[in-house]
Amino acid sequence: MEVTKIENVTRTFMIGKVETEALRGVSLSIESGEFTALVGPSGSGKTTLLQLIGCLDQPTSGHVYINGKDVSRLNRNQRADMRRGTIGFIFQFFALIPTLSAYENIEMPLLLNHQSASERRERIQQLLEAVDLTNRAHHRPDQLSGGEQQRVAIARALATKPSLILADEPTANLDTTNGQQVMEIMTRLNQETGVTFIFATHDPRVVKYARRVVTLRDGLVAENSHAMPVQ
Amino acid sequence: MIQLFRMAFRDLGRNRRRTFFSILALAMGLALLITMASFINGEMDNAMDTTIRLQSGHFQIRAQNYDERKTSLKWEDLIENPTQVAEQISTLEPVIAASPRLFASGIVASRNQSAGVQIVGIDPASKTNDPYREGLVSGEFLTADDREGILIGRPLAEKMGLGVGDQINLTANTSNGDVSEQLFTIRGIYSTETRVFDTAIVFLPLQKAQAMTRTENHASTIFVLLKDKDQTDAVIKALQSSSYKILTWTKMNEIIIQTENLANSYMSLFYLIVLVVTATVIINTLIMAVFERTREIGILSAIGMKGRRIMAMFLAESSILAVGGILLGLVLGLLVVAYLERNGFYVGNMAVGGGGFLIRDTVYAKFSLEDTIYVSIMAFVVTLLAGLYPAVLAARMEPVEALRAEK
Repeated sequence: MEVTKIENVTRTFMIGKVETEALRGVSLSIESGEFTALVGPSGSGKTTLLQLIGCLDQPTSGHVYINGKDVSRLNRNQRADMRRGTIGFIFQFFALIPTLSAYENIEMPLLLNHQSASERRERIQQLLEAVDLTNRAHHRPDQLSGGEQQRVAIARALATKPSLILADEPTANLDTTNGQQVMEIMTRLNQETGVTFIFATHDPRVVKYARRVVTLRDGLVAENSHAMPVQ
Repeated sequence: MIQLFRMAFRDLGRNRRRTFFSILALAMGLALLITMASFINGEMDNAMDTTIRLQSGHFQIRAQNYDERKTSLKWEDLIENPTQVAEQISTLEPVIAASPRLFASGIVASRNQSAGVQIVGIDPASKTNDPYREGLVSGEFLTADDREGILIGRPLAEKMGLGVGDQINLTANTSNGDVSEQLFTIRGIYSTETRVFDTAIVFLPLQKAQAMTRTENHASTIFVLLKDKDQTDAVIKALQSSSYKILTWTKMNEIIIQTENLANSYMSLFYLIVLVVTATVIINTLIMAVFERTREIGILSAIGMKGRRIMAMFLAESSILAVGGILLGLVLGLLVVAYLERNGFYVGNMAVGGGGFLIRDTVYAKFSLEDTIYVSIMAFVVTLLAGLYPAVLAARMEPVEALRAEK
C-alpha cells in the first residue's frame, strides 16, 4: 500500500521579488514499510519535498496524498490534525523543547493526541527502551549529548505510532559514531515496527542504510533506484 | 491544561531576570494604583470628616433668609433665642450636641500688622467645640462670661508673632452697619491641624460676640452634631419647621462629594494609563519570547499542535505574569498603604481649602478593599489583553517558516 504519493508537484517560492522554483514537477510513490533516502545537492529540493509530504507546506500545483487522502489543499488546522498521529518528524537540529525533559518531550505528541496518563506512561517507557535512553528520561535536552537528543527526537516522532517518519538530515550534526547509532536505531525500528522512513541526506555513510534512493536535482527526480542495503 | 501551565511556567523561567522585571513592572503599577486609591480615599474621608467636625456639623439651622456668603448680621437674618432652640434640639436622642454660633467678619491688628478673620461666637461649654478645646496648644480655653478673652489659631499667632497674654485689637462689623473695635487678650492658641481653618477663624464667647456686633440674643446658626451621620435625615424630619432653614452636611459639603466623584472618574482614567504602560512591558516581554522561540513554535506545530493551543500557551504565560505581578503588587501596595495609614502624608502647605473644603495637614491613607479588587481585576484583564497580540503572532506562524528560524 502507498503511504504517500506525489503527483506532478511544483513548489514556487518568492524570495524578495524573484520567483524560485524549488520543485518543478515531482512524482513519486512510497510504499508502506520503505526505508528511503532522498539525496541530492543542497538546493535540490529535498527539504521542500519532505515539508510537502509532511503537510507542513502546500504545493503550488500538483497533489500530495497521504494514505490515499489528498492533503494538498487542506487548511492549517486540517494539516495539523493530519500531522498529529500520521506523520513523525526528525530534524537536522535536535528539535527538542528545551524546557521539557526527554520524557516530557516524548509525551508531547501523546498529549496532543489526548491519550490517557497510563497509556502515555506505558508508551513512553517502550520508546525510551527502544532508543536505549531509559536512564536519561528525566534529563533536559541541555543535559543530553547530541546523539541522545536525536534519539529522543526519534522516540518522539514514533510516539503516536505514525505511518510515516520524515527525517531531514538526521545525522548532519552528529559525529560518525552517533550518526551510525541513530541510523541503526532507525533501521531497527523500521524493521521491527514496519513504519515507513523517508530521510533526506547527502552523507554517503547514511545513504548506505537506505533500501531505496531517490535522487533530486534542480527540483526534479533525477534517479529513482531500489538499492539494497549494504549490510 | 496543567501541562500547558507547566510549560508556560518553565518558559518564563528561562529568562528569569526578564520575567522578574515584567512582574515587577506590573507590581509597581498596581502598587501605585492601590496607594493612590487609598490615598484619595483617605483624603476624601479626611476632608468630609474634618469639614463636618470643624465647619458644617451634621446639620445647621438658620434663619430662612440667611445668606452664608454675606455673613449678614441683620436681625431678620438671624435666629432669635438661639440658646433655647439649641436646647430643644439637644433633647433629641441621636443628637450629641447642638449649639448656637454667631459669625461676623473682622480684622485683628497688633502693632503694625493686621489680618482679616472670621469671628465665631461660640458657647465655650458645648461639646460641639471640643475640636478647638482639644486642639489648644497653649493658654486656656474661653469661658462663657469672659469679656476680654479671644482664642486664635496657631498659624495666625505665628504669622503675627503673638503669644498667650498678648493683646490684639479686634474690629468687627455690627448689625446696624457700624464698626466696633475693642482690645482683647489672647487667652489661648488652638490648632486643628487644618491650616486654612486655623489661619482664618478666631473665637469669642457667644455673649461677647453678640454684644460686640449688637446682635444680643441672636445667632447665625445652630450647629448640630449627631452620633451617626446616617441619622441626619431622620432627625431633620422630626424638626420640620417653616420658620427655619435646615442645611444638612451633604448639602453644605456638596463640593466635597462632587470633588470625590470627579477624583474617582479621573482615577479610572489614571488606572487605565498606568496599566496600559505596564501592559506594554508585558507585550514587549512576550513578543521577545515569541521571536526567541520561533523554531520551537515550528516544532510544536510540526508535531501537530494547533494554532489555538500555541496561542493558549502564550496566554498562559501572560496570565502567570499577571498573577505574579498582581500578588507582588498587592504585597507592595498594602505595605505602602499600611505605612501611610499609620504615618500619613504631610500635605500641609499644599492643602487648599477653597469652597468650604477643609483638609487636615496630614492625610492618612484609608485602605479600600473595593478599589483594590477593582484595580487587581483591571490589571489582570489588561495583562491578558496585552498577551493577546504576541499569542496571535505565535499562533499565526507558518510552520515551515518557523522551522527555518535560526534558533
